[in-house]
Amino acid sequence: MAKSNKPIVWGLFAAGGTLTAFFLPALIVLTLLAALGYVPDLLAYENMRAFAEHWFGKLVLFVIVSLSLWHAAHRLRITLHDFGFRSDTLIASAVYLVAALGTIAAIVYLLRI
Amino acid sequence: MSERQIQLEVLRYNPETDSEPRFQTYSVPCEAEWVVLDALNYVKDHLDTTLSYRWSCHMAVCGSCGMMINGEPTLSCKAFLRDYPDTIRVEPLVHFPIERDLVTVIDDFMEKLNRVKPYLIPKEARTIAEGEYRQSPAELKRFKQYTLCINCMLCYSACPEYGLIPDFIGPAAIALAHRYNSDSRDGGREQRQQVIATKEGVWECSFVGACSEVCPKHVDPAAALQQVKIASTVDWYKEHLMPWGKS
Amino acid sequence: MSRKPYVREVPKTTWYFRQGRYMRYMGREVTCIFVGAYALFLLVAIKRLSEGRAAYEAFLEGLSSPAGILFQVVTLIFVLYHATSWFNLTPKAMPVQRGEQFLPGGVIVGAHYAGWVVVSLVVLFLAGVF
Ligand code: FES
Repeated sequence: MAKSNKPIVWGLFAAGGTLTAFFLPALIVLTLLAALGYVPDLLAYENMRAFAEHWFGKLVLFVIVSLSLWHAAHRLRITLHDFGFRSDTLIASAVYLVAALGTIAAIVYLLRI
Repeated sequence: MSERQIQLEVLRYNPETDSEPRFQTYSVPCEAEWVVLDALNYVKDHLDTTLSYRWSCHMAVCGSCGMMINGEPTLSCKAFLRDYPDTIRVEPLVHFPIERDLVTVIDDFMEKLNRVKPYLIPKEARTIAEGEYRQSPAELKRFKQYTLCINCMLCYSACPEYGLIPDFIGPAAIALAHRYNSDSRDGGREQRQQVIATKEGVWECSFVGACSEVCPKHVDPAAALQQVKIASTVDWYKEHLMPWGKS
Repeated sequence: MSRKPYVREVPKTTWYFRQGRYMRYMGREVTCIFVGAYALFLLVAIKRLSEGRAAYEAFLEGLSSPAGILFQVVTLIFVLYHATSWFNLTPKAMPVQRGEQFLPGGVIVGAHYAGWVVVSLVVLFLAGVF
């Protein structure tokens, strides 16, 4: 039995898990405030646009979106197995494909800004 | 009087006559300070000599008396009756085949334990004349808790992934591999990684953490497995992204 | 004497109902659905942002629909569960040894919570909430 290649995705899963734990709650509060009518300054169009035009803002958004996706994808693979879906190869391909497409889409959209 | 009448519902299975296990209830007069194992011994001595179960030390050292007690993997010599209601259900450890009554077939665990090379593989061979392998207290502390495993297999019963994926090497064996990998005198990590850094090794663990919750010796196998995952991930990135970093 | 070991099958789709700790574990694992959903939500937000003011502001507008608010509240609950369960497990994955002692797990968890509070306040502050 050869050593597993799972570390590739597990590394992204673990990094994403830490990142989402630290940052997502505050981000959700921001968008929730906006939804309730108190749009935080940053989320106003001009400010958000300026933020995303800067390379550092792009990097922040890219890291958050892509690592969250990889974290979710890997955990979903395990969770589906736990729920009794046994076609692991198919499930793994599907969830990682979505994460990869999402990562590429994030790059494309951010570069258009 | 400190005597208490306990209803002991024991899962019985006789491979010669039964097609499947069934519960049998014994009414046992118990002393207040008894453990479940004492109640079983009372059954064996006074009520039913045919009941089979394993035990030896009666002091949570030998690791042979593990059972499901009210659904929880437990050492029956450590399960004080005062902590239980008047009806107690006793079954053989789950995830293991039943040999007879409360006795399980443990060959799978023994084979896996053997596979991870749970012994010191010295970094450098030394003759007796050269003296002992020395180790500082801090180096000992690094892995001390993992040496406390008594191979009772409660963690295998608690681990749902082992139940779902019988090939999984499982908590105790990987924790022991980690114990030797973390030993400053040991040089066998790469050999053990070939066994545990595999799919059916540490990567079947999804960190349920149940193993550590039931461990009677506070070995904390779940911690060992997460540390093995992190170390194996670092290895992988070193081997694939920095070929020059190979040791 | 012949052997005939009896194998008890694990119910593949319902095993987690057997113990409370398995349910808590599954609760922790399904948080990934909401983390993933929120990531896709952010991706859509970035797409709208790249399409210009009208698209972005329509997106912000859409947030305040009942479904939008419900989605975010539920997501927030699950993500909070993800965060706390993640931090609570850190001492196991990353124990810190000082000489002959391990740092108590509570200290490592506490440091993560403290960091979490600081990070959250900084994010909210930089975003102009206060
Ligand atoms: S009888 Fe030895 S551990 Fe219980």
